Amino acid sequence: MGYRFVDGVAIADVSFQADGETLEELFESCGKALTNSMVTRLESIDAEKEIKLEIESDNTEKLLYEFLDDLIFYKDAELMLFRKYEIKIDGNKLTATLGGEKINPQKHELIIDVKAVSWHMFRVEKKEKWEAFVILDV
Amino acid sequence: MEFNRPDLKRITDYVWEIPKSYKEGMLVPARIYASSGLIGKLDDHVFDQITNVATLPGIQKYAFCMPDGHSGYGFPIGGMAAMDVNEGVISPGGIGFDINCGMRVIKTNLTIDDVQPRLIDLVNRLFEKVPSGIGRTGFVKADAAAFRRIIEEGAEWAVNQGFGWKDDLEVTELNGRAEGADNKTVSDKAVKRGKDQIGTLGSGNHYLEIQHVRPENIADEQLARKWGIFENQIIVMFHCGSRGFGHQVATDYLNLFLSVMESKYKIKILDRELASAPFNSKEGQDYYSAMKCAVNMAFANRQTIVHLVRETFSEIFGQDAEDLGMKQIYDVSHNRASLEKHKVDGETKELIVHRKGATAAYPPGHELLVNRYKDDGQPIIIGGSMETGSYLLAGVESGSQTFYTTAHGSGRTMSRTAAKQTWKGEQLQKDLQKRGIYIKTGSFAGLAEEAGGAYKDIDEVIDTAHQAGISKKVVKLVPIGNVKG
Repeated sequence: MGYRFVDGVAIADVSFQADGETLEELFESCGKALTNSMVTRLESIDAEKEIKLEIESDNTEKLLYEFLDDLIFYKDAELMLFRKYEIKIDGNKLTATLGGEKINPQKHELIIDVKAVSWHMFRVEKKEKWEAFVILDV
Repeated sequence: MEFNRPDLKRITDYVWEIPKSYKEGMLVPARIYASSGLIGKLDDHVFDQITNVATLPGIQKYAFCMPDGHSGYGFPIGGMAAMDVNEGVISPGGIGFDINCGMRVIKTNLTIDDVQPRLIDLVNRLFEKVPSGIGRTGFVKADAAAFRRIIEEGAEWAVNQGFGWKDDLEVTELNGRAEGADNKTVSDKAVKRGKDQIGTLGSGNHYLEIQHVRPENIADEQLARKWGIFENQIIVMFHCGSRGFGHQVATDYLNLFLSVMESKYKIKILDRELASAPFNSKEGQDYYSAMKCAVNMAFANRQTIVHLVRETFSEIFGQDAEDLGMKQIYDVSHNRASLEKHKVDGETKELIVHRKGATAAYPPGHELLVNRYKDDGQPIIIGGSMETGSYLLAGVESGSQTFYTTAHGSGRTMSRTAAKQTWKGEQLQKDLQKRGIYIKTGSFAGLAEEAGGAYKDIDEVIDTAHQAGISKKVVKLVPIGNVKG
């Protein structure tokens, strides 16, 4: 499982490709990619505080979109960045416990704020592994 | 991904057209404003995106792309589309996630000689006073109920709190308050995301800049003098929007529109970021109201920042902001939909004009101009990169060709990843300081992404807007100090 940033898609924004053996792993990869577009080193984030998420959606694509939208929400509303992901997906329902800490510019080398997840070219697919392509508005 | 680069029809030296036959579903041709130099360098996705826009129901005349245009998604950045209110749609993707992202300019009576010796202190202090970057909150303490009032009142709220002057409202688009913003049309999630962010700059291409009026850069002496601009003057310009609140409003409605668009309204689109609803529908009107709430949040945000800027100048130069002549020139949005009357083939129609990374450029006498500028045309604030400079332009009558719309910035040509590979933030900061531009930032990686070389040549963009007759040059402003978000 992992992710890589992709160049040359939306030049003012950030796009990434992510994968995982399971859907849970894919969601974790996407969460890490989103966070890594804001902070240079994920290792600099400590899992000091837990947040629980419950999301129910119409389909897998929308579930991933809403999961990432919630991570962006917590970044603004609670100033939280996440490092640890315990995710369970059952059909179109996700429950997760996320571990992270408040943004600290002295400790976290920050890059750019993520404003939103774009639907442009947004994709979740099961090939050999689960794969996703995501553009973030920054 | 491969796109067909279309056969472009040259209409004038600065206007290019893609015919309706290029793509199935296009209701109007697309028109791109660009010099031959700019069109050659335009990235291919723009052609695909602007022709997708041309398929949206109710679009009038053309789908437009401004001279600073570059690919976004859904609409290109620099995209503009005017829809008939009776048969057309409203699309959050035509406005952008950062609703009412815009520019504000404040003048001073200080000269370059007054400011140069204190420049480093000034920029450092502005960096401390005006929160920028990820995860920063402002000094305004508003609970959810108070924030819901603020998003209905806009900059008026801020001025009533003592954050700025009544005169500021006279020189803000819509006088700083979009009427018809009903807070019940925005989600609690949006409110929670934004309520602590009033008075914050954000990150990315958002900045606060100290600029210099070089004598050779005044293009229209008469207008410049009338607007209070003089040789060697110091000007303050900043760029920011409605922060997490606006981003969430856009996200909420994009998803709502996606869920009803095909099933309820039988609207088919070529990209999910073009999700639309009829302007005259419950969903369309709710979004229009929520968009206005975000417009007001951005006005309140920029108004609060002006207050912090004046306090900082006052502290550094030991004089009141009034004595320093820190009056506002203007505040303009470049991400907004606006209800406007325009002539289309001889008939006056009411249109919902979507501008995404594009600025309204009303001519003298236009009904949407604030009184102060009724004789002059709309002051247009073009924010350039931190290296190359910015411009003030004015709206002109010949701008009717684009429904009175012009550029908003210089336009990116290089991706953020490529920029980071090309420049290193620390070195860039040192190089710019040698060239007389002092930059303070919380993010060196973010700084490298905003290098001047990642953008189009702003002079060429502005020459195009000027020569095409969609706005005219007033003055170019060059940076000497910059707080980068």
